[in-house]
Amino acid sequence: MSLSVENVSKRFGRFAALDRVSLAAVDGEFLALLGPSGSGKTSLLRVLAGLSRPDEGRVLFGGEDFLRLSPRERRVGMVFQHYALFRHMTVADNVAFGLKVRPRRDRPPGTEIAARVKRLLALVQLEGLDKRYPAQLSGGQRQRVALARALAIEPRMLLLDEPFGALDAKVRRELRRWLRQIHDETGVTTVFVTHDQEEAMDLADRVVVLNAGRVEQIGRPAELQAAPATAFVFDFLGDSNRLPCKVVDGHAMFDGGFSAPALGPVRDAPHAVARFRPHEVDLAVEGGVPVTITHLSARGALIRAECQAEDGALFEVDLLRDATPGSLAAGAKVRLRPRRVFVFAEAAAT
Amino acid sequence: MRSVGLKRPASLGAFLLLAVAVAWLAVVIVLPLISVFAEALRKGVGEYLEAFRDPDAQAAIRLTLLVAGICVPLNAVFGLAAAWAVAKFDFRGKGFLLTLIDLPFSISPVISGLVWVLLFGANGWFGPALEAAGIRIIFTVSALVLATLLVTLPFVARELIPLMAEQGADEETAAVTLGAGGWTTFTRVTLPNVKWALLYGVLLCTARAMGEFGAVSVVSGHIRGKTNTMPLHVEVLYNEYDFVGAFAVASLLAGLALVTLALKTGLEWRYAGELSAGRRH
Amino acid sequence: MTARRWIEPSVLPGFGPALGFTLFWLGLLVVLPLAALVARPWELGLEGFWRSVTEPRVLAALRLSFGAALAAAAVNVVFGLVVTWVLVRYDFPGRRFADAVVDLPFALPTAVAGIALTAIYAGNGWIGSFLEPLGIKVAYTPLGVLVAMVFVGLPFVVRSVQPVMQDLDAELEEAAETLGANPVQRVVKVILPALAPACVTGFALAFARALGEYGSVIFIAGNMPLVSEIAPLLIVIRLEQFDYAGAAAVGLVMLGLAALGLLTINLSQVILARRGAA
Repeated sequence: MSLSVENVSKRFGRFAALDRVSLAAVDGEFLALLGPSGSGKTSLLRVLAGLSRPDEGRVLFGGEDFLRLSPRERRVGMVFQHYALFRHMTVADNVAFGLKVRPRRDRPPGTEIAARVKRLLALVQLEGLDKRYPAQLSGGQRQRVALARALAIEPRMLLLDEPFGALDAKVRRELRRWLRQIHDETGVTTVFVTHDQEEAMDLADRVVVLNAGRVEQIGRPAELQAAPATAFVFDFLGDSNRLPCKVVDGHAMFDGGFSAPALGPVRDAPHAVARFRPHEVDLAVEGGVPVTITHLSARGALIRAECQAEDGALFEVDLLRDATPGSLAAGAKVRLRPRRVFVFAEAAAT
Repeated sequence: MRSVGLKRPASLGAFLLLAVAVAWLAVVIVLPLISVFAEALRKGVGEYLEAFRDPDAQAAIRLTLLVAGICVPLNAVFGLAAAWAVAKFDFRGKGFLLTLIDLPFSISPVISGLVWVLLFGANGWFGPALEAAGIRIIFTVSALVLATLLVTLPFVARELIPLMAEQGADEETAAVTLGAGGWTTFTRVTLPNVKWALLYGVLLCTARAMGEFGAVSVVSGHIRGKTNTMPLHVEVLYNEYDFVGAFAVASLLAGLALVTLALKTGLEWRYAGELSAGRRH
Repeated sequence: MTARRWIEPSVLPGFGPALGFTLFWLGLLVVLPLAALVARPWELGLEGFWRSVTEPRVLAALRLSFGAALAAAAVNVVFGLVVTWVLVRYDFPGRRFADAVVDLPFALPTAVAGIALTAIYAGNGWIGSFLEPLGIKVAYTPLGVLVAMVFVGLPFVVRSVQPVMQDLDAELEEAAETLGANPVQRVVKVILPALAPACVTGFALAFARALGEYGSVIFIAGNMPLVSEIAPLLIVIRLEQFDYAGAAAVGLVMLGLAALGLLTINLSQVILARRGAA
């Protein structure tokens, strides 16, 4: 079923956690809410779950006014950041809880509950751990119990709050792949919150980038990379270099008499800031920013060079290892020339 | 972080400290305990057992059980309600509420008795009016119950509040999103998580309710066979120079204290993780 | 700016009934009775109140209660530290038993403690018979009051200091050792300052308990007016004479002075804690 959030605002005193947030998700979509801490992503998730009420705005789910339903009535599966497993119940009891607490007339018979728990534990690959207690599980296993528990109530929508936040890097990658699989198998509309752009890009059908309670951009991962709408989105999605310029007819002109094609919303501006990624830079002999290399570090096929201009500005540049002269060393003076840049409206450029 | 840990005393200084500590505990705490039983048995087991044939002693035992039986469940319910409100919700004035809950710990037992006389005594605020209506409170079991309720009010709440605050509301919130109602959430999620702390609080509450002396002494009137609880009966016998009788009843209370201590220590060892942080040894 | 709400919204039910019952219970058992305590002394008028609490017998009782409670708390801090140190640091047979026994004064009814201490320290008692020939009388003197107060206060110091001492980082002492501190310097300069706030808490709790203590004191005190009569006993005596206002006056002064004492102690604790945090 489709989800529609319209102009939702939520304030805590003077602080606006959510400021007229609107977004939509189609049935079965995998949506990521991406942003730094304090951007409102968890507040929005809690509004969807019914754990907090917005001050204004509407939330529709399958055409139904979701805000009029209590959390119990919404039947959303929520996976909490720290899992919130019931510590005194076994894995099986945790998963069965949502079924066992139903009113008698809606409750499946015991044998069916047991069968469903068994099926879910198989789905999350925890067969044989049904008698364990949460304290006896690893972080990744707890995460999977939390997910199985949320799926047990056959949720109409699955909500995950920083699902991998408390896990180490290797487990995160494994679980990421596996979560995608589960989503493809169950087909349930899923919204998850993360501050990790790589995770969002890797997993989601579409990503909602939030900043200071507002939606900055919504789009498919490739769209966000190819056409970031704001300076915030550009900066949040990767490493970013900045250089002052003026923009004339879609070209950024720099001091020193060189230029680069300017992408982004600004086509003409007397004073602007050009942004470019470390891998979109060439080393030039002339026509470029004169810098001194301060540090070189190897990163697989790339070499990351940290550079400093005479005015103190810092730049990060990724060079292909095979195309870089072996003589390049810290202390070398080179010129940097961006292949292409993004220029955003000044107000957003911070 | 790593704590220093236990090691066998090796230096002279260490043995000296150990000797001082053990001697201190022996003289200050163990010796009085032993003396209770020694004094009670001074004239033999026969005399000792004889003391419990006294109908007044039996009445005192029954009254003590009655008062504790009324006060402990009530204050356990209070403790659960207060902990639910304080630990699972955020509201203004919480600090003040916590201070009020702790207050009975820091006032003299005599004052805890005195206040009931000020309210319900012959010259009390409500005393004369109640007297006219034929209701007596001071020098009756009602007053014993009121004084004991006040003295034992914080025990269960003080065990539950820190633990429930530490556990947070996450599990309850999860239960609600899974479709559980309020009562189901409380009985299936909250209560099992705090059951040992609740038992611990009830244990301390019971011990204090049965052993309270100062507060009940002020309101009881010391009517033998009627308003004397066991500690009060000990005082009466002692003041009548019936030392064997006094120490016999006292030995019962001391036995109760030892049982309490044993259960309490057992809970601390066995269920350390399920008591509030301050109780984990 | 919207005013802060009285209650943060929550999806959990039952706040109303839970808080309602809590307030009702506290109102009935704590607020109403203490209101009576605060209100009633003034029936005597300001001057009458002052006369009532400055009677020589009252002053002597207050002095004894305060002095003995302070002294007992101090004794408990010193020996409590030694006991805690031994319980936390040394492995010896019976350690767990010793640890459990510390709580006995919490569990033992005060009247039982009172008659037991009296029996021990009386002239013919186990300890009294040793002290009497040396000219030291404990039972039925102010010294007896002190002994009883030490008994009831001991667990407060140990239980306040114990968790802090257990959590002391071993690296702290090791660092001091590598910097050349000898064992005495390590204790005095590193460990004791870290334990100071907990010691103050223990002192405060032991003091408050001793000040209000009744059951374990009255048997051993002898209750001689102007000599070994404690303040709580005066309340009982005045109540027996139906002098409610006078009894409430003594109670109120005890409460006020205790609050003052605890306030001072809390302030010193804030200062200690700030120094520890810097």
